Amino acid sequence: MSAPGAPRRLADVTTEPAWLRRLLIAVALAFLTLFLFVPLVAVFVEALKKGVDVYLAAIVEPDALAAIRLTLLAAAISVPLNLAFGVAAAWSIAKFEFRGKNVLLTLIDLPFSVSPVITGLVFVLVFGLQGWLGEWLRDHDLKIIFALPGIVIATIFITLPFVARELIPLMQAQGIEQEEAARVLGAGGWQIFRRVTLPNVQWALLYGVILCNARAMGEFGAVSVVSGHIRGQTNTMPLHIEILYNEYQFAAAFAVASLLAGLALVTLALKYFVERRVAASARAVAGPRL
Amino acid sequence: MLLSRALLKRHSVLPGFDLALGFTLLYLSFIVLVPLSAAFLKTFTMTWPAFWDTVTAPRVLASYRLTFGASFAAALVNAAFGLVVCWVLVRYDFPGRRVVDALVDLPFALPTAVAGIALTALYSGNGWIGRWLPFKVSFTPLGVWVALTFIGLPFVVRTLQPVVEDLHQEVEEAAAILGATRWQTFRRVILPVLTPALLTGFALAFARALGEYGSVIFIAGNLPMVSEIVPLLIITKLEQFDVPGATAIAVVMLVAAFVLLLAINGLQAWTRARQGR
Repeated sequence: MSAPGAPRRLADVTTEPAWLRRLLIAVALAFLTLFLFVPLVAVFVEALKKGVDVYLAAIVEPDALAAIRLTLLAAAISVPLNLAFGVAAAWSIAKFEFRGKNVLLTLIDLPFSVSPVITGLVFVLVFGLQGWLGEWLRDHDLKIIFALPGIVIATIFITLPFVARELIPLMQAQGIEQEEAARVLGAGGWQIFRRVTLPNVQWALLYGVILCNARAMGEFGAVSVVSGHIRGQTNTMPLHIEILYNEYQFAAAFAVASLLAGLALVTLALKYFVERRVAASARAVAGPRL
Repeated sequence: MLLSRALLKRHSVLPGFDLALGFTLLYLSFIVLVPLSAAFLKTFTMTWPAFWDTVTAPRVLASYRLTFGASFAAALVNAAFGLVVCWVLVRYDFPGRRVVDALVDLPFALPTAVAGIALTALYSGNGWIGRWLPFKVSFTPLGVWVALTFIGLPFVVRTLQPVVEDLHQEVEEAAAILGATRWQTFRRVILPVLTPALLTGFALAFARALGEYGSVIFIAGNLPMVSEIVPLLIITKLEQFDVPGATAIAVVMLVAAFVLLLAINGLQAWTRARQGR
């Protein structure tokens, strides 16, 4: 620190005094510890509280395995569909100028502003017994609510924006010169996408898919409304956790929860890795224009 | 062909517009627009007095107060601490900074039900944190606030981060050379630039908290008139086969969500304008 009266260096005046820096770091870390790190650690500690045997038993128990299978299945259907949607939406929005684009952008974001519970309710209003299609579905012996299709549709709704939101800003920033050049050189639509666009956006695409998948596997509110909580049949992992917890089987609830917490950590690690790649490719794109 | 002729502002040599936009619109309509309009149409079958009585019943009013109040308080705390966290992550270097930075997104990645039972275990009377507190947290409105603070935490940090990274330090140097103290520089130079993003982050956290269900229901205890949030009340009505009642309350919350969405869009435009983009 400079002595009183001595001229201060520029580096000193554009940052805070050392004591304040330390205080701010301490405040930030204390806040994050209390609200983030401790809850995360608690999941694993509570899961292993009664020993590894109880932990493993809770996971290989038939209802838990059925819940894991259903969660994987619902994500395996909804994530690829939302990937296709995200690519189509990004292609039209980022590569073309058309009327109503801002409205479309807002509509794509809409699922983020709707409460998951209301999402579930909305599908009950359409497909439920008293809903629009309820009687028709019953007459044709089709089950959507309280069955897999309902869970999948609700999951698709909730996770719809993820891929599109990652792709659109990046593809808008990248412009259309490269695609136009490919077109002039005689490339077809599919060739342009696969050879020119895709390599430019692959990391953002992967990042969107990762986020979409994490949310798909963890969705609770919407799925809770449409699933009917039938054990071994329409229970996803989050719903199974709720049932175990409400039955006071805390160790088992946290054991299943620890799997999802592990998935969340893997998601964050992949996100961190992919984000650096996206930043690198964004720099590569921005580079020649400067 | 139809779509491109009707909507395109100028001709493009790139192919695939009709197919891509057609698929986008079809998918969006079937998954989002048609089902959402179902909710609104369902309430129109109610008479206005019946709708009004449903959405202003004392138990429903109590749940609005709790949901909006706790969401607001959680977003406010997240705005204050989010600013500190963001500043520390961008401007200072300390051991583990990258790990902390990556973990800020945990509430986005951790399923809400997992967060819910973890927070309940911590804040219950004999939990790790709850046992040291002189007051009750779980099964009170305070518990609702804890859960909503958790799930809203990344919004302010992540909205502010790019803006703080883009701050021109020359301006701060200029302020210092002109004799401003560091606090004056912060108040008069830095904070005005950050304000739009800070408000956007606050609004995003608030909007997310309004609809949150999974992380709240475990810690809230769900006592009617005391710690019952609106989404839970909607589910309760559904389980009692009161579909019109559930829908009426849902429409009120949807309208609130749309108003917030418009406000957030406006704030984001303001943020971009401030950054000169």
